[in-house]
Amino acid sequence: MRIGAIVTRIIQQMKRDKRTLALLFLAPLLVLSLMYFIFNSNEASITLVVSNGPAPLIEKLKNADFSIIEDDEFTKKQLQDKEYDGWLAIEQNNSKLTLLNDDPSQAKALTMQLAQISHQPSLTAMGNLETDYVYGEADTAIFDIFSPMLIGFFVFFFVFLITGIALLKERTSGTLERLLATPIKRSEIVAGYMVGYGLFAFLQTIIIVLFGIYVLDIVHVGSIWLVLLINMVVALVSLSLGALLSSFAASEFQMMQFIPLVIVPQVFFSGIFPLDSMAEWLQNIGRIMPLYYAADALNGVMYKGYSFYDIIVNLTILACFAIVFITLNIISLKKYRSL
Amino acid sequence: MDNHAISIKVLEKSFQHKQVIAPLSLDIPKGQLMGLLGPSGCGKTTLIKMIMGMLKPDNGTIEVLDLVVPHQQLLKDIGYMAQSDALYTDLTGEENLHFFAKLYPLSKAERMERVAYAANLVRLTDDLQLNVGNYSGGMKRRLSLAIALIQNPKLLILDEPTVGIDPVLKKEIWQELIRLKDQEQKTILVTTHAMDEAERCDQLAMLRNGRIIAQGTPQALKNHYQAKDFDEVFLKAGGDVL
Repeated sequence: MRIGAIVTRIIQQMKRDKRTLALLFLAPLLVLSLMYFIFNSNEASITLVVSNGPAPLIEKLKNADFSIIEDDEFTKKQLQDKEYDGWLAIEQNNSKLTLLNDDPSQAKALTMQLAQISHQPSLTAMGNLETDYVYGEADTAIFDIFSPMLIGFFVFFFVFLITGIALLKERTSGTLERLLATPIKRSEIVAGYMVGYGLFAFLQTIIIVLFGIYVLDIVHVGSIWLVLLINMVVALVSLSLGALLSSFAASEFQMMQFIPLVIVPQVFFSGIFPLDSMAEWLQNIGRIMPLYYAADALNGVMYKGYSFYDIIVNLTILACFAIVFITLNIISLKKYRSL
Repeated sequence: MDNHAISIKVLEKSFQHKQVIAPLSLDIPKGQLMGLLGPSGCGKTTLIKMIMGMLKPDNGTIEVLDLVVPHQQLLKDIGYMAQSDALYTDLTGEENLHFFAKLYPLSKAERMERVAYAANLVRLTDDLQLNVGNYSGGMKRRLSLAIALIQNPKLLILDEPTVGIDPVLKKEIWQELIRLKDQEQKTILVTTHAMDEAERCDQLAMLRNGRIIAQGTPQALKNHYQAKDFDEVFLKAGGDVL
């Protein structure tokens, strides 16, 4: 079994390359954790200025871990200067909340906690709550929305890097040419690569997804199996794209040059920045990028609780990307042997 | 059906308008050890890659073992050793041999036997468990040769097989090549720079600027040009010193 021979060889090589294994399995966890802490670090100490607040409300707010400053003569200008997170001005039937919103995740946390408190019947005294923002507006993106996409991104990025460079090494060392002087079929080489590195990508996906969901507690409403499925398809797309692009690189350094060209633009279109507000032509650029569909599917499942049928279009498009890239890979090997 | 293992007819190849192989015809008889001599850049490796089906000629045809190149069957029948060692340096010698052996239709028992045979032939049996990254240049060359022999091919194409190998082992390898030719009726095509190796070939073809400038047995070539050694033959045949 020639595909089996390649798979066995890849496993042997990877087992000996401990650093690459660490990059594949641990680096995503490290970066993901870092981003998690960076985006969530201040949430516990939200400073809220309250004007004319009744004693029971102040008490409630303090219990909810807010740092409360009582100041009846507060202004929006002061809020901006002192960089408190928010200012709640209680007035009869018409309370006003002003959010600094310099960090959307914090503003979001503040409104959510405040909403929880104000729903309690004893505090209906707040009346209508009108919200105003110092910076930005209510729709600014938050970590919760793009954390699912981060998982997909790390799977894509690290799989891309490792397969791209592994196959490049095979091209530059001449082993690929030597391989094609044996009866192996071009499709068998590509299949061997897909299965061999696919196994490692699969392990990586499981580790990232479980770590994200159970350790970092990233929101997930939908099925974890769907999350794994999406990421496996993402890994396959990334595998085949990395392998394909490696044929356009003459060295490892040139492979690295694909990162700003291929990886970074995809991040812009995968949900960190709101797509709806982009110009039509810009949105169309996003539609040619695999991560756009991956992020949409992951976000749907993890944040909105979509089912398999809701993401089937995204999955199909991703699978098409993989099929196209795999076919191009098989064709590109003709460079070495026409059979 | 004829008696030629390789039959090349008016072959041409250029890279970016530079003619690397001028119209070239060459017949290599079955069961012979054919030496391809020539300075670097004369087109030896290009010619060999075209015989292997790894490069497409611009013009002309190549028949190997009565099949037109490229042909799937030929990939099984030709044992190939490239000019540069194409080995997986992070695997051991044994893992390299087994990996390449698995690409040919061999049973497990046959594979074990061929790996043991090939390793023994190039005196690498004791170093098989070592990572190839730790091999010396000569050891890598020997491993490449072992891989070329792994599937017991009918035709061996070796691109400068003895570069970097010490004289004792070089002699042993040549003895084995001659044994393979005499006892197992294999056809062998070797490219070389070394004049002492040229002496041992049954037939020689001298290549320069993509043309065969002289062809014949070593003795016939020397007689024809009234030369003492091959450096002289080559000079008189219109080439420079190798």
